[in-house]
Amino acid sequence: MTILRLHHLGKAYKQYPSQWSRLAEWCLPWSTTRHLLYWALKDIHFEVYAGEALGIVGMNGAGKSTLLKIIAGTTKHTEGNIEAAGRVAALLELGMGFHPEFTGRQNVIMAGQLFGFLVDEIQSLLPEIEDFAEIGKYIDQPVRTYSSGMQIRLAFAVATAKRPDVLIVDEALSVGDSHFQHKSFRRIRNFREEGTTLLLVSHDRSAIQSICDRVIVLHEGKMVKEGPPDESMDFYHALLSERDVKLIRQERLAYGKLQTISGLGDVTVVEINLKNNEGKSILAVETGSYVRLEVKAQVNKTVPEMVMGFLIRDRFGQIVYGINSYRVGKKIEHLSAGDQVIGHFQFAMNLGKGNYSISTSVSRQESHLSDNYEWRDTGLVFSVYNTKKPDFVGVASLDAVLTVEHLSSGQTPPSFEQDKDEVSH
Amino acid sequence: MITNQLKTILAYRGFIWGSLKRDFQMRYRKSVLGSLWAILNPLATILIYTVIFSQLMKARLPGVNDTMAYSIYLCSGVLTWSFFAEIIQRSQNVFLENANLIKKLNFPRICLPIIVVGNAAVSFAISFGLFLCFLVILGKFPGWVILGLPVALVIQVVFAIGLGIIMGILNVFFRDVGQSVGIILQFWFWFTPIIYPISILPKSIQSLIKLNPMAPVVSAYQSILVYGKLPDWLTLVPIAILAALACLVSVKLYKQRSGEMVDEL
Repeated sequence: MTILRLHHLGKAYKQYPSQWSRLAEWCLPWSTTRHLLYWALKDIHFEVYAGEALGIVGMNGAGKSTLLKIIAGTTKHTEGNIEAAGRVAALLELGMGFHPEFTGRQNVIMAGQLFGFLVDEIQSLLPEIEDFAEIGKYIDQPVRTYSSGMQIRLAFAVATAKRPDVLIVDEALSVGDSHFQHKSFRRIRNFREEGTTLLLVSHDRSAIQSICDRVIVLHEGKMVKEGPPDESMDFYHALLSERDVKLIRQERLAYGKLQTISGLGDVTVVEINLKNNEGKSILAVETGSYVRLEVKAQVNKTVPEMVMGFLIRDRFGQIVYGINSYRVGKKIEHLSAGDQVIGHFQFAMNLGKGNYSISTSVSRQESHLSDNYEWRDTGLVFSVYNTKKPDFVGVASLDAVLTVEHLSSGQTPPSFEQDKDEVSH
Repeated sequence: MITNQLKTILAYRGFIWGSLKRDFQMRYRKSVLGSLWAILNPLATILIYTVIFSQLMKARLPGVNDTMAYSIYLCSGVLTWSFFAEIIQRSQNVFLENANLIKKLNFPRICLPIIVVGNAAVSFAISFGLFLCFLVILGKFPGWVILGLPVALVIQVVFAIGLGIIMGILNVFFRDVGQSVGIILQFWFWFTPIIYPISILPKSIQSLIKLNPMAPVVSAYQSILVYGKLPDWLTLVPIAILAALACLVSVKLYKQRSGEMVDEL
């Protein structure tokens, strides 16, 4: 079921050269338009389904906030239309409508009314709000005596007291300490399980990839990418370094994954191969086994120097490991058009079981932000399995050794005595 | 559309009522006498007008041989005018004052002017109530003709709301409006026969003052409270039409400009 539909939505702000020209346009019936339109959003077109979590990413000024405000209903769009079914709640700024001179309780009631709750409803929700915000007896003290964390917690508790049909979360708002951050995210997750549609704006790749079903990338007011989180985030990261949509390509890999390629193209990676000890190409690797990653690059234009590197990401897009030729002290210089360079990276795959992706980069200098020849995200996807080591959790294989020391108090029941033993690998 | 508006207002009655209560409490918070100040202030105004003008300055209303008549004349005009002026002054600023709320939260904006009017109405009710008590004590209570008062008041309030919202919207785009409203209201006050009776003016200016839409409203109050006579209802027709017109224009202006207004805030 579609819960939110944006149909070729656009938002323009009027810009007048001066107040006089605005006055002239308003008052003179024969006046032509004297303003310029600045399009903050153009042709935004998507649907969100009930219970879905949609991520929205983009650089500063890409139009994210404007889009959220339009969906929240505070700002009017200029063209197109928007339909929302159900109650939309927005966590754009917390603590709106709080008055410092009044007590927490009074402010909760006031803020609740501002969200359109009835007084009885708020009264019945109050114990839960108090409990969630964890401010204890301070609830009857004026809000001006609260710490900023307490205010934010109380505001969040009110804003999310009732499950909305659509919840808009701007992650730029930090919700207190990490304990409360986890708690608030747990609440948002619970809402989702109960059917709330989530719109999340965040810069945090792992937050987006662990929560969202779909991600939209905004760039200069336009939707430049819509797709699964990993593909969209790859695109977004390419955009961050490139700042030019035209230099970004996405290509489907043989096994269905989408790789994202950006850069000038002076040097391009033509082959990425993960090989085992016997030199055989593999896509599934045993934990702890030795592998060789071969990155073959084709030089298209003569370049004086080059740094080649790779990254391994987990399924949430978090970087697990990355290294490049500069950091290991290997120089790659004087390349002419037509040359090929193969980098052989050898390492032990000390990773936990799961799926990982490899990104490669070839650039002039270490930072791929300067003369980025090519950056390739999700260039190869492989999995790690674990049959030889104890079944550990996490991405790092640290090979912990356990010894157990049992300090008996002398009163241990006899049945436990035989538990005393040692485990080691 | 209007029923829809009423429904949203009804749904947000809790917010409106809560805001009114909060604004009232806010004013007297941290004062020892508390809401007693709500009474002391208008009491002082009334006392000044009655004692100073009628007892010390011995001002007489032409044609009425009564020491208190001028005081009652003054109070009936001044108290109602401050009600009028307060609504306009505060709604002129209402959107700017609540800019943050408007930008960040989706709630019926119509609540804001309602709160402004409600606040003004509370202070007016207190001061006017005191004034009526005064009249009873002095034995000058006009009797049943007082029932004509609410009619004039409603017209005045509607007019003030209409003008206030228009000014409020314009003020978002042109701050000059906010600056000029105070000046205009001052001139308007003196251009209305509140402190002086219209009869003391030269004939030419008298006809000019008849163009002032507030003049018939104020004289309606004076007629009821000073002379104990119902006003000439026909004189109120033009301002009633004007008031309705002001409201219509304000609604139209709001519909046209509300989107742009949020962008400008």
